[in-house]
Amino acid sequence: MSVETGIAKIETRNLDFYYGPVRALKKVSIVCPANRVTAIIGPSGCGKSTFIRTLNRMNDVIPGTRVEGTILLDGKDVRAPDVDVVELRRQVGMVFQKPNPFPKSIFDNIAYGLRINGMRDKRKLEEVVERSLRGAALWEEVKDRMDENAFALSGGQQQRLCIARALAVEPDVILFDEPCSAIDPIATAKVEDLIETLEKSYTVVIVTHNMQQAARVSDYTAFMMLGELVEFDVTEKIFTNPANRLTEDYITGRFG
Amino acid sequence: MKQARQKKVAQFIGFFLLRACLTIVLAVLLLFLYDIGKKGGGAISWEFLTQAPRKGMTQGGIFPAIFGTFLVTLITAILAVPLGMCSAIYLNEYARQGRLTRLIRLSIRNLSGVPSIVFGLFGVILFVNIMRFGTSVLSAGLTLGLMTLPWTITASEEALKTVPNSYREGALALGATKWQSIRTNVLPYAVPGMLTGTVLGLARAAGETAPILFTGAAFFLPYLPRSLGDQFMALPYHLYIMATQHHQIEQVRPLAYGTALVLIVLVLGMNMTAVVIRYRLRRKRR
Repeated sequence: MSVETGIAKIETRNLDFYYGPVRALKKVSIVCPANRVTAIIGPSGCGKSTFIRTLNRMNDVIPGTRVEGTILLDGKDVRAPDVDVVELRRQVGMVFQKPNPFPKSIFDNIAYGLRINGMRDKRKLEEVVERSLRGAALWEEVKDRMDENAFALSGGQQQRLCIARALAVEPDVILFDEPCSAIDPIATAKVEDLIETLEKSYTVVIVTHNMQQAARVSDYTAFMMLGELVEFDVTEKIFTNPANRLTEDYITGRFG
Repeated sequence: MKQARQKKVAQFIGFFLLRACLTIVLAVLLLFLYDIGKKGGGAISWEFLTQAPRKGMTQGGIFPAIFGTFLVTLITAILAVPLGMCSAIYLNEYARQGRLTRLIRLSIRNLSGVPSIVFGLFGVILFVNIMRFGTSVLSAGLTLGLMTLPWTITASEEALKTVPNSYREGALALGATKWQSIRTNVLPYAVPGMLTGTVLGLARAAGETAPILFTGAAFFLPYLPRSLGDQFMALPYHLYIMATQHHQIEQVRPLAYGTALVLIVLVLGMNMTAVVIRYRLRRKRR
């Protein structure tokens, strides 16, 4: 499986993952190219979410789990002893499946990541909050209600708020874990548009159930099944001329 | 048609039973409060609340007992609140969830079921004898503190569990350390619940007799405790004496009821405080 991908931002080599005795990832080797959108598709339980959560080591917090193999960010092993996991997570942002605004004001939600990193300058905070909200195409909708609780926003707005919150700490990579599965089609279209604009400045990895979504937003697509990588290629090729029979069956809807 | 009516009848019976249970519970409680209020209300006066007992406790007030109960509850709080909250935070947020943590948690739950007299005897051994605090308000407060700890820990842990995991993960994913995520994104939402549980535990401690019986409560003291090493009078113990141990039991009965009323008002007051704290903090977060 050799695909021309340009510079690799993230690369996994023979990645294995275990929940206790259960092996959830089997020798997964994927390259996520810099400033591109890589989609991970596959049926439920195939390990997509597990995979994406290994990239910023979010699985570390789940007891009884174990990782084997290599995960490289800019060619450096993210599990090396000298890597600060807190700094890694600032660099590799994440947007979760269910919008998870904090029960704080809209402003405080966006400013959260900056404040925990020690930024106190009010003017600078305001500047970054505005820039992040503009980046997440939410500014016009919320600029007059920054003190309102984020829970007052609609589901789709909440998810864009979470994207803005991730943008505020200026990561290199943003991981999306099924970001549209809990929001309506119109909100989904907005988030998809947003993801396409993000690839100019960020490397994006998106897990999705929705094959049309993968086809629309991504440059590269990985198809996973039962914890294994079945096929990885340019998105267009995966959806028009897949090399593997299983991939073809899945994208044509014969199972899934 | 017939089935539809059956369903309605079943629902009617179900709701009727639920309502009947609630009515019985409320009726017993109100009757109880009414009885104490009626028989004890007459004894309440400014003198009763501010004076010491006189003439072999047949006259005068109960101020030393009120003061003693406040003091001993304060000591209980100083021990049980910080220790309980911190233990709960450690257990719920930091400790590796395994067999050992489960065992610790089980032990704490069991401790909260241990009869209070057992805590009292333990307090005699540990605080009065081994640590040589003597029979004092300090020993009694620490004993009550130990008794309250399992309640505080359990209530605080329950409050922490109500904070969704997505707040923790969301903070971590933005580059927060574990402590930052707990301090800024978990505790603010758990503290109202933690405080409520804690104050309820303290209210229960304030009404206990057995743990202070051998550790510091005095039958009668003509003066207020001047240091933590002094003995003290406490409302529940005073009530116990007035109701069962006094040599002129019939004559002091109104005073006993008055004491009971003060104790109940005190405990209800603490519980109301807990409710108000929770309401205030919740509204502030909104």
